[in-house]
Amino acid sequence: MAKLLEVKNLKTYFFTDEGVVRSVNGVTWDLDEGETLALVGESGCGKSVTAMSILRLIPNPPGRIVDGQIMFEGTDLLKVSDAEMRSIRGNRIAMVFQEPMTSLNPVLTIGQQIRETIQLHLGLDDEASTARAVELLELVGIPEAAGRVNDYPHQFSGGMRQRVMIAMALSCNPKLLIADEPTTALDVTIQAQVLEIMARLATEFGTAVLIITHNLGVVARYADRVNVMYAGEIVETGTAIDIFKRPRHPYTIGLMASVPRLDATEKVRLTTIEGQPPLLIREIPGCPFAPRCDWFVDKCSTDHPELEEKEPGHAARCWRNPLVDAKTRELASIGIAG
Amino acid sequence: MANMQTQSKNIYESTVKHGEKLLDVQGLKMYFPVTAGTFIQKKVADVRAVDDLQFQVTKGETLGLVGESGCGKSTTGRAVLQLYRPTAGSVNFGGTELTTLKAGELRRFRRRMQMIFQDPFSSLNPRMSVEQIVGEPLAIHGLYKGAERRERVQYILQAVGLNPAFARRYPHEFSGGQRQRIGIGRALAAEPEFLVCDEPVSALDVSIQAQVINLLEDLQEQFGLTYLFIAHDLAVVRHISDRVTVMYLGKMMELADSNELYQNPLHPYTKALLSAVPITDPELERSRERIILTGDVPSPLRPPPGCVFNTRCPIAVDECRERIPEWREVVPTHFVACHRV
Repeated sequence: MAKLLEVKNLKTYFFTDEGVVRSVNGVTWDLDEGETLALVGESGCGKSVTAMSILRLIPNPPGRIVDGQIMFEGTDLLKVSDAEMRSIRGNRIAMVFQEPMTSLNPVLTIGQQIRETIQLHLGLDDEASTARAVELLELVGIPEAAGRVNDYPHQFSGGMRQRVMIAMALSCNPKLLIADEPTTALDVTIQAQVLEIMARLATEFGTAVLIITHNLGVVARYADRVNVMYAGEIVETGTAIDIFKRPRHPYTIGLMASVPRLDATEKVRLTTIEGQPPLLIREIPGCPFAPRCDWFVDKCSTDHPELEEKEPGHAARCWRNPLVDAKTRELASIGIAG
Repeated sequence: MANMQTQSKNIYESTVKHGEKLLDVQGLKMYFPVTAGTFIQKKVADVRAVDDLQFQVTKGETLGLVGESGCGKSTTGRAVLQLYRPTAGSVNFGGTELTTLKAGELRRFRRRMQMIFQDPFSSLNPRMSVEQIVGEPLAIHGLYKGAERRERVQYILQAVGLNPAFARRYPHEFSGGQRQRIGIGRALAAEPEFLVCDEPVSALDVSIQAQVINLLEDLQEQFGLTYLFIAHDLAVVRHISDRVTVMYLGKMMELADSNELYQNPLHPYTKALLSAVPITDPELERSRERIILTGDVPSPLRPPPGCVFNTRCPIAVDECRERIPEWREVVPTHFVACHRV
């Protein structure tokens, strides 16, 4: 399949009074048509900034994309004019944000807000765009859609608002849907409703999805491939099975072990990752994860590892080889290997 | 009179032994009035945040309380601690009825029961140093003086995994996880035996979350604490709790031992809730059957008649819309409120 999106060596920095924050520090990844890719990581790891960079929505100042390429359907989004970018945003690339309460305009009806996108990008008249809005609301399962188009956002519940956002995002048949923590603000039963609708429609419309989340369960259910981010870099990338079954980066391994499992049958103590993520304001010479890493060797604090393919399609940014090393370490601890 | 004196003194010291009943809640109701009118405020309705709860907590155990937003789990925690005065019902703590205690008695009683809050950012006074925050309960209850108090604070900081050398620092100098440790330290300072943990880890990133969960487990063992653990994350609740109760729209739906509840859920709401949470195993997760509930939680202002879950229940029958299901013990120690079980 053709590559829909290719992000190459993207660097997005924020120039603050305290110094330069390297929020996204040279990430490279791609996305196939119709594929679902998850960006996972903890707060401040650069996953949202990556998404905002693709849409060129980084507030400037203080933020700026200082290097890299974002190739979307063959064009570099970082080179197109603002007008062209506006015709792509909401049309070819759509976005669903985390907060359904604040991302809708409270003084416009739901119908007006959906129509705005349709009229702007597809040039439909009022009647046709209203019909389309109703159809979209029905698609996302809003009951009595024909009447509800004239309602205001406050008349909808949180889950319904997020479904309206999805309807709006899909209104112009985008090739790429960016969903930034789309269900974090919602309750689990509502979260399941919204995600099922999103996944079903993405498949029907052939839309590729970039889902940004810290919820590993959501990743396990919906993602084809996963990029794990830490301190502005991708530290591991692979298929969902690779990442969950055979994690190859100490951070991913730690992340998996620190989440209690719903299907656990016996109580085990959670594994923690001691310490905290580094401040991105200082240049980090070695591996950013080194101070928290169980596999640390001297080299890690001085030399920066590259993203290295460990098996086909599965790469990790680590000097060590945790899978194999786990065994050697065990041997070392009982005094067999050195 | 003399007898009264000794009795009222004794309630501030725990006599409950490990494994005995520490907390007994019966018929607990917490209604909040809704008023209308410009000059004369008239009560027009009640929000039934918590409606007719009953549960016990044994000394040394962790009772988990799960449910979605607005189900009344936080209100329950606050009503148990008498931070809200309940509308009706009884809260018996180690033999003392809390709902009838006077304000002054209650204040002294609070030494035995404390709360850990969700938000490590807004629950700490930014103008107080860590030493002052952790030392404040000691000052209020007149425990430890001068150098001893400083020692006690240092001891607590160490116990919650903070460097005692940071005692003079202010909350903004700490990360979210460290702030949550400060909040836990404050709660522990006056040597309580019972802690209400209200979403103590939901504002934290997963790797930090695990640190705080482990800390809570260690402290429980070290100080023999009893927890009422309130959270919406079902996996976290399962991990930390001995028993778990599920709430929906102010009512208890089910209560059972952790493993029993998660492996053998009886209530349709519990089943739906558990199936809605994706598990962190791509192969298993994609082959799971899911129950997707339709619609939203009804308003607690106008809860549906009969079983409050009937509007979203996949197996509701006429009886469910007419009669409130009884709270009954279906299997020993496994309670459920459902006509269809």
